[in-house]
Amino acid sequence: MGDQGSSWLPDAMSSVARDVDALFNFVLIVSTILFAAVIVSTIYFVIRYRRRSDQYVPERIKESKWLEAAWIILPTILTMIIFTWGFRVFITLSTPPPDSYQITVRAKQWFWEFEYSEGATSTSDLYVPVGKPIKLLMSSGDVIHSFFVPEFRIKHDVIPNRYTSVWFEATEVGEYRIYCTEYCGQQHSMMLGMVRVVTQEEFDDWLDEQSQDLPPVELGERLFTQYNCQVCHATDGSRLIGPPLNGLFGITREFDDGMTAVADDNYLRESIVNPGAKVVAGYPNAMVATYGSLSTKQIDALVAYLKSLE
Amino acid sequence: MASTSVASAGHPGHLQHHFVSEEQQFDASKMGMWLFLVTEILLFSGMFVAYTVFRIWYPEVFAHSAELLDWRLGGLNTVVLLASSFTVALGVHYAQLDNKKGLVINLILTIVFATIFIVVKYFEYTGKFAHGVFPGINFQPHGVGGGHIYAEYDIPFAAQFFSIYFVMTGIHGLHVLVGMGLFAWLITRALRGHFTSSYYTPVELTGLYWHLVDIIWIFLFPLLYLI
Amino acid sequence: MTEMTPSVSGNSGTVNYLNHDKSIKSWLLTRDHKRIGIMYLVAISLAFLAGGIMAMLIRLELLSPGETIMGPDAYNQAFTIHGVLMIFAFIIPALPAILGNFVIPMQLGAKDVAFPRINLLSFYLYLGGAVITLSALLVGRIDGGWTFYAPYSVQVGDSILFVTMGVFVMGFSSILTGLNFIVTIHKMRAPGLTWNRLPLFVWSIYATAIVQVLATPVIAITVILLFLERLLGIGIFDPALGGDPVLFQHFFWFYSHPAVYVMILPAFGIISDLIGAFSRHRIVGYRFVALSSIAIAFLGFLVWGHHMFVSGQSALASTVFSLITYLIGIPTGVKIINWISTMYRGSVQLRTPMIYALIFLFTFSIGGFTGIMLGVLAVDVHLHDTYFIVAHFHYTMLGGNVIAALGGLHFWWPKMTGKMFNETLGRIAAGLIFIGFNLTFFPQFIAGSRGMPRRYFDYPSEFVGLNVLSTYGSWIMAAGFFLIAGYLLFSLFKGKKAPANPWGALTLEWTHTASIPEPHNFTVTPVVTRGAYDYHLVPEFYAGPSSGDGSSAGLATQEVAPETTHEK
Ligand code: HEA
Ligand code: HEA
Ligand code: HEC
Ligand code: CUA
Ligand SMILES: [Cu+2]
Repeated sequence: MGDQGSSWLPDAMSSVARDVDALFNFVLIVSTILFAAVIVSTIYFVIRYRRRSDQYVPERIKESKWLEAAWIILPTILTMIIFTWGFRVFITLSTPPPDSYQITVRAKQWFWEFEYSEGATSTSDLYVPVGKPIKLLMSSGDVIHSFFVPEFRIKHDVIPNRYTSVWFEATEVGEYRIYCTEYCGQQHSMMLGMVRVVTQEEFDDWLDEQSQDLPPVELGERLFTQYNCQVCHATDGSRLIGPPLNGLFGITREFDDGMTAVADDNYLRESIVNPGAKVVAGYPNAMVATYGSLSTKQIDALVAYLKSLE
Repeated sequence: MASTSVASAGHPGHLQHHFVSEEQQFDASKMGMWLFLVTEILLFSGMFVAYTVFRIWYPEVFAHSAELLDWRLGGLNTVVLLASSFTVALGVHYAQLDNKKGLVINLILTIVFATIFIVVKYFEYTGKFAHGVFPGINFQPHGVGGGHIYAEYDIPFAAQFFSIYFVMTGIHGLHVLVGMGLFAWLITRALRGHFTSSYYTPVELTGLYWHLVDIIWIFLFPLLYLI
Repeated sequence: MTEMTPSVSGNSGTVNYLNHDKSIKSWLLTRDHKRIGIMYLVAISLAFLAGGIMAMLIRLELLSPGETIMGPDAYNQAFTIHGVLMIFAFIIPALPAILGNFVIPMQLGAKDVAFPRINLLSFYLYLGGAVITLSALLVGRIDGGWTFYAPYSVQVGDSILFVTMGVFVMGFSSILTGLNFIVTIHKMRAPGLTWNRLPLFVWSIYATAIVQVLATPVIAITVILLFLERLLGIGIFDPALGGDPVLFQHFFWFYSHPAVYVMILPAFGIISDLIGAFSRHRIVGYRFVALSSIAIAFLGFLVWGHHMFVSGQSALASTVFSLITYLIGIPTGVKIINWISTMYRGSVQLRTPMIYALIFLFTFSIGGFTGIMLGVLAVDVHLHDTYFIVAHFHYTMLGGNVIAALGGLHFWWPKMTGKMFNETLGRIAAGLIFIGFNLTFFPQFIAGSRGMPRRYFDYPSEFVGLNVLSTYGSWIMAAGFFLIAGYLLFSLFKGKKAPANPWGALTLEWTHTASIPEPHNFTVTPVVTRGAYDYHLVPEFYAGPSSGDGSSAGLATQEVAPETTHEK
């Protein structure tokens, strides 16, 4: 919880966040006042006009058409104010400035992939420069996901076979969590990511670094966490959803159909791109098949990394 | 909505105990039936919306795919259904006149027309299936027939057209079958002399239902076969 | 109370709807709206219990981040089953089918609903639908939430076939119930019972029935299409086959938004009856309150898109939906203000049902105001699919519908069973529920505003505190519900015998039927000469020694007797 956030909202870290917050707070305050009026008058009447005698029947009170009309007209005016305001902020939210820097987002069960116009890619971590409008062009590889960054007050569904977009301008350097907010299956709540807002220079450096080649093992290690493999696989020998992956290379594996095989390069590769082909005995066939879309380079790196694990 | 008789002392046989008068009972049944028809219309509206949306998105595909449906068979069925609506109306008319024979004959005619409709539909469906025109993922048109080279229709979103076609006409066909069952039931009751000029609510209500089934077809036919 | 009016026979030693035939068969094949109401009460309470147990498991899992008592698969199924049961098997049928069935014909002065056999059919459809839905659990996993968004829903497995079928069948039941009520209210009113004299519960059930009849067919066709999508892959909703998932959302919400008014309108009706009876005051702005139900029903059809502000519908559509969404707050506000004005200069008595009415004003207002916040386009972008939504709809559904249902259940319990419940325990339970409810769901508003997404098995540690509060609250609330179930059941055996009109209310079920009504409700059809809340017209009704429950002997007889002229 940052110093600027109210107890209600997280810190406002994008250019539009303050507008949204002003609106939110206005509606909240108006509602609280109206709510208090409802409750206070209820309590007052209940006490003031409590039944004193079982025989007493109150007179009918005079009704006033004007009063009834007032109940209708005043809230109408109020809601129209809120509507107009909400509409204007919404228009700002849904129109990216023309000079926005565009990043392509691809959502898959259950990770985020980002592709920058310079050809660099990243998974789970979205790198953006501070103070520059960013437009995300998003699509999904399987089911519907939704891209949400609370500090930026932005959210939009990510849909298969169609592009949707959302934009923001981060106002401060920092790290802000990305959530997936549309239910997308088992690991929906683990489909997290991080927006890493850096200065323009750092961003440019990072882009350069991406285009250089990392050694396969290091790249594999990075991919291993980026693609959330560690959610299901420990590398210290403990059992998670899937089997631990250290010391796997070269040993003999037993499968649920009774067959066995030696864990060689090909087996590792197959286990990643087509996990259902050989299912390790004692484990459910729970690994997703979406990794089949990784590039050859990435798979090679992952295999190299797995082999390096003791 | 109709009610078989619950005889209780002092009431006419078909007046249920919780109604005050026959008039009230008749009004209630009729209103109930109208409301039911409203729900039927809304059920089909859902499908019409799906049809409209896809038609707006892919007008050419839909116009092209519609060629595969034989408008002559659809037209025949339209005529048949219209005729059956007419016989139902006649049936109601004879019931009002206490003419049992007229009522029964017209009900039988209605069933005959409905049967023709279903038989024609059966041939239309099997004709499509034979060429791999199935609803859904099995859609794989092939072969030649009726002057069409089916493979020409294996284009994106043609499957959607036929899915919608099968779903709409399928659900409509189910309604026809239900109607046939109702008419058969009415015939047995009519033969036992249950209907008189003072009580023919079930005939009237089933008639209303049948007209709706007819009207829905009147919309389906041009939308699917003609445009 | 035998001496009250010639039309009301006492409840001891005479024939009533419960004892005139006690065989199981007579229950299972009954066409008596009161017995059908009771059967619904039993079945729907079981559904509520099952859904509630799921909720307790959800809360227990969320007590701490990561795995607490179950894994992600189990959790995802738990909230799906919770949602499906609570919506389709509990809250949509609850008020019309239980209290509507039991009370409406009596409030109308009728012997039964217009189509008693269809009424029974709709009960069995409900039961069948619920069983089919639950059998999905045997086939495989059902997850995805109660909204079943395509394409996820058609990918999980064949159990979706059972769920869609079950929902279809329950929807049919809902349609038939609604249809029955519309016709009953139109055609079966007692002589003199004009539209302006109708109890507001009747008005609200009427508005509800309109929504049931007009909206439910759309969910029927939607689930048929979803069913076929899974079975045949017809490609209407699944993008992999060329379909459009957003179209599914439009179809789904076209029903499911109006459905929220199926849930809340009957609750409004109950609250009107309760506030009228316990303030002994004519409902202020009766006509506005009655017609606002109709207005809400119709406006409710035009706002479904407010569930889709961030799902890729056009900005123009969003704008229109947002605008109409606010308009719904206005007729609702009219009701709330008129209820409060009814207490003004009234004679307010805080019996258990009235306490629920007051709790309703508190909790439902919060639910409603947060609904307005969600209708604000830019704010909803931030709040959509977070715990703020979860809190909003529990405040409206639990804080609205369920609280009103509890009020109604306590109010009509003496009429249903002929027994009084324990007032002290009633108040304690109401207190537990009020405290537990707010403790459970208020923290969720904050968690949601701060960004915690819904349908999350696991959550970041910053939300631990709020979730712990919420889980503790759920225990208090559950204690309240079990207490109610306990003392109500207890009252069946040991409860004090209820007088015909324990609350001194003026609608026909209180003034003209015994507590435990006879099988056909009325010996003679009542003739109505005044409105449902014209307490000021019958002050003598409350004079005399045993007054307060309105059963004060002779005078009441004089008031009522001249009306009861219309012989069977
Ligand atoms: C009983 C059920 C019920 C009821 C009555 C309501 C009532 C309302 N709901 Fe709610 N809603 C749900 C059940 C309900 N809702 C459910 C289940 C969902 C989520 C579904 C899901 O995704 O799983 C949902 C979601 C939902 C959303 C979508 C949020 C999202 O997913 O992003 C929105 C957005 O507009 C909304 C708005 C409203 C509004 C404006 C009302 C209004 O009717 C409220 C009107 C009442 C008041 C406003 C208070 C009283 C008024 C006054 C005292 C007068 C003064 C008022 C003013 C001047 C404004 N609801
Ligand atoms: C009527 C509707 C209704 C009701 C009453 C409830 C009741 C409760 N709900 Fe529910 N809830 C929903 C409808 C409802 N819910 C819906 C639609 C969803 C969305 C699902 C989705 O995402 O798809 C949801 C989701 C939901 C979530 C979010 C899950 C997630 O997003 O991950 C949570 C979390 O706290 C929750 C909690 C609770 C709790 C603690 C209760 C408690 O109040 C329950 C207490 C009840 C009991 C303990 C039972 C006691 C009963 C008896 C003793 C029987 C006796 C009978 C009588 C007294 C008559 N609910
Ligand atoms: C949803 C959980 C999940 C995720 C995420 C996941 N796996 Fe798996 N994985 C499993 C399970 C369960 C098994 C065992 C069943 C089987 O063999 O399919 C498995 C098996 C394997 C095996 C074979 C293990 C052995 O002991 O023979 C390898 C190699 C593997 N995974 C690599 C990966 C890599 C690399 C990633 C990330 C790119 C990954 N997994 C992501 C669940 C997962
Ligand atoms: Cu991706 Cu939820
Ligand atoms: Cu809504």
